[in-house]
Amino acid sequence: MSTSEAPLLEVAGLTKHFPGPRSLLRRRVGAVRAVDGIDLTVEAGESIGLVGESGCGKSTTGRLITRLLEPSGGTIRYRGQDITHASRRELAPIRAQIQMVFQDPYSSLNPRHTIGGILRAPLDVNNIDPPGGRRERVRELLDTVGLNPEHYNRFPHEFSGGQRQRIGIARALAAGPKLIVADEPVSALDVSIQAQVINLLADLRRDLGIAFVFIAHDLAVVRHFCDRVVVMYLGRVVESAERGALYEDAHHPYTHALLSAVPGAVGPGGGRRERIRLTGDVPSPINPPSGCHFRTRCHKARDVCATTVPPLTALAGDPGHRVACHFPSPAETLASVRG
Amino acid sequence: MFRFLVQRLLGAALILFVVFTVTFFLFFAMPDDPARLSCGKTCTPETLALIRRDLGLDESVPMQYWHYIVGVFAGRDFGTSHCSAPCLGYSFVNHEPVLDTLLDRFPATLSLALGASVIFLGVGVMIGMLAALRRGTWLDKSTMALSLIGASVTIQFLGVIARYVLVDQLRWLPKPEYLPFTGDPGGWMGGLLLPWLTLACVQAAVYARLTRASMIDALGEDHVRTVRAKGLTSRQVYLKHAWRGAITPVVTVYGIELGVLLGGAVVTETTFNIPGIGKLAVNAVANSDLPMITGVVLIAATAMVLANVAVDAVYAVIDPRVRV
Amino acid sequence: MTSPLLAVRDLRVRFATEGGVVKAVDGVSFDVERGRTLGIVGESGSGKSVTNLTLLGLHNPARTTVEGSAVLDGTELVGASERTLRDLRGQRVSMVFQDPLTALSPYYTVGAQIVETYRRHTGAGRREALDRAIEMLDRVGIPQAARRAREYPHLFSGGMRQRAMIAMALVCEPDLLIADEPTTALDVTVQAQILDLLGELQAQLGTAIILVTHDLGVVADVADEVLVMYAGRAVELGPATRVLETPKHPYTRGLLASVPRLSDPLDRPLRPVPGAPPSLLAPPPGCAFHPRCDQVIAGPGSPCRTRAPVLVGVGDSGHEAACHLEAGAGAAGVGSAERERERAQVPDAREGGKNP
Repeated sequence: MSTSEAPLLEVAGLTKHFPGPRSLLRRRVGAVRAVDGIDLTVEAGESIGLVGESGCGKSTTGRLITRLLEPSGGTIRYRGQDITHASRRELAPIRAQIQMVFQDPYSSLNPRHTIGGILRAPLDVNNIDPPGGRRERVRELLDTVGLNPEHYNRFPHEFSGGQRQRIGIARALAAGPKLIVADEPVSALDVSIQAQVINLLADLRRDLGIAFVFIAHDLAVVRHFCDRVVVMYLGRVVESAERGALYEDAHHPYTHALLSAVPGAVGPGGGRRERIRLTGDVPSPINPPSGCHFRTRCHKARDVCATTVPPLTALAGDPGHRVACHFPSPAETLASVRG
Repeated sequence: MFRFLVQRLLGAALILFVVFTVTFFLFFAMPDDPARLSCGKTCTPETLALIRRDLGLDESVPMQYWHYIVGVFAGRDFGTSHCSAPCLGYSFVNHEPVLDTLLDRFPATLSLALGASVIFLGVGVMIGMLAALRRGTWLDKSTMALSLIGASVTIQFLGVIARYVLVDQLRWLPKPEYLPFTGDPGGWMGGLLLPWLTLACVQAAVYARLTRASMIDALGEDHVRTVRAKGLTSRQVYLKHAWRGAITPVVTVYGIELGVLLGGAVVTETTFNIPGIGKLAVNAVANSDLPMITGVVLIAATAMVLANVAVDAVYAVIDPRVRV
Repeated sequence: MTSPLLAVRDLRVRFATEGGVVKAVDGVSFDVERGRTLGIVGESGSGKSVTNLTLLGLHNPARTTVEGSAVLDGTELVGASERTLRDLRGQRVSMVFQDPLTALSPYYTVGAQIVETYRRHTGAGRREALDRAIEMLDRVGIPQAARRAREYPHLFSGGMRQRAMIAMALVCEPDLLIADEPTTALDVTVQAQILDLLGELQAQLGTAIILVTHDLGVVADVADEVLVMYAGRAVELGPATRVLETPKHPYTRGLLASVPRLSDPLDRPLRPVPGAPPSLLAPPPGCAFHPRCDQVIAGPGSPCRTRAPVLVGVGDSGHEAACHLEAGAGAAGVGSAERERERAQVPDAREGGKNP
């Protein structure tokens, strides 16, 4: 079934609908279309950034890929094998290869287990018998993520936030993954610690050839870490491109707005960047706007935006750069302020 | 809000129906033969058959279930005695319809529960609030130590001692008994004073500790800090803002408590010989009076369910986020 | 030269905890000028939030000792009576907190919460206070202000809640607004709106702002002056442009070098600050940053390990840093070579925000 041609991960038309909030009074108001038909391809060793604001579905997408959530529609293929609705038993061999790193290093480690126990668990569950034994492998893992192997018998509360996130990463590494889905892996950490963890992830990518789906709201971190970036808005992909193209030559008005909203985008010496202001907040995903979801906050919106969903289409000059907008264009202001 | 209550009440009715059905079938799973029990020592086969027929025990179980349900809505006859709707069965130990007995006993239970509630809620919540506001002071430490003792003693123990000291020796309180409120309000109150105080003493301790803990949590909440940052006085902070967050757990616990109390405060009623539902339940079990047991279970379940609906309604009053 | 609106001098805050005494703030001094914005930057445990809570007496008095001085327009705040502070809070000094969902009371309407503040300090009637509340909600950009004033905070979106919080903080037109991570809980596009709004209101009302944040980008965008805190102490203070472009303290430089920026070259490596912030129960002796510092002065008796450095002027424009490398130009043990090396690192440690 699997072929050498197939990409590591191929997601097509992925959707996830959650039941709407059920009040005591009313019936379900309607489904929350958390993820509303997205396509995504991850090649081996590649790092894809998923960015967007709250409610855009980036975390849900991460949980669908790792099959922590059951997709409502679409397909997920891992090395050509359809795992969209694979049973527990069918998933077992693949689970070891797709791992997840969570945002909160405090709540994602069981406080009653030792670090050794936490890191052994993936080896035990997946029946992995490394040469030298599981205990030795755990020591190696601790060393790999920059922790003292002698801390094998300590408990999570004895570690700082940054160290706990290293443990979370070691756990993801234990079973020898090919793909790690990292959901906001540094946003709970102190600024000076974030770079340590990002550098660690970058080293793992380089040394072990692990592919990453890196979910983050921090555009600068994604720019630093990822080869390709996918921008999501209310469950849909609005733009995806190689990072150079996305950050220098974005074509979707939402991407422009996101980039210009990043604080300190230009240093104080370069003058404060004129912001493309978005009015209002992200609309509720329970009842998203018709047509293009972004139209209610978009300065370019016309009638067609309310009636037709813009398809994600490649730009003429760059087949890897795809935009879902009826009126895509480079930002006018961006070039002039980009020092 | 109205629809919310209607919905909850319909749900409550469904729960009661399920409780009733389970109780009814448990009735038949019990080894005792109700006819033989009510027949007494000088039982002839003829009387036994007669009682069987009067009780409807000669019918199949589903038919008996059906008759019971019909009885609830339309009333039914047991031999020569009529049991008018809503009929919850007929006790051949007391020789009267179960509902009549329940209605007769309920006022005592209600008086005991509500009177004690007023005392233990008032005292417990107040002590808890004060202890939270004066956290770490001697007031906090001493009231909490006292309440730990209070929460640890049992009603039988406290009741007997209190009765001996306060009634028999010092004669400060009248003899505990139940006199109907309608006949003699003064006597009603006097007779219930000792049971109230005994029950309240144990409960107030629990509520004081609960209130203190939740008030301390509430005082640490962000929005309380905001109110302080707005320049409001401590009094405004406590009386207008913090208590709302603190009172929710108290309401939750009290809701369960009230349900239990209305289903009969068994120990208190037995200790002070108050003829309420709890004492009735004890007697019914002792006499294997199965129709009566069913009735007591139903009334306890009703009390529990209604108390829960009341708690939900109170939640909605306290916290706008619960309103829909 | 007029006196500053707020002058904090040698502020020290200690908490008694079960593990011992925590020196949460350990001798911090700064000024806030009228109508200006001071950004206070630091990581968790740096004392940046504590500093501001204690200014208004919002700490737990039973477990806290506060020393030093903080003078707001002639009024000493440290040791002031609760009554004095209460009258200042919400009227002359207001606060905006990180998470507007928990910072607003869930039990009262947004309008009622603003009305409460206004009436407390002005004694205005209900009607007048409500009109004022609606005016403020309108002013912070909440559409249909009169209707939304009657709604509860949970019906507001995150951005609208923070706007309401700002409306409440500014209803009495305070001299000073303390905003503690006001945009950290918000999405980036909403964060931009809120920062713009604060700037506009500041221009209209002349309010001074203390903006507490961990985000150097936010500081770069809105602050006039910056105070960098580490382990309860001020390590660098000065005009925002100076501090962010020519940082003098190794910690400030480390922070800037460890944060990726959109304006970086695509493959600029991140240079993290090694280690983790120290425990405030047992801070390192000498300079609290020395265990993580790559320029620590070597040798026994190194001042870095023995003496806590104080803020000293570095260049003009009131730029100060608390580092022995800066202070000890003439002191024993500081070689000129080290100073040269340190100078040489400044350009590449700087964020590439500007092309010279």
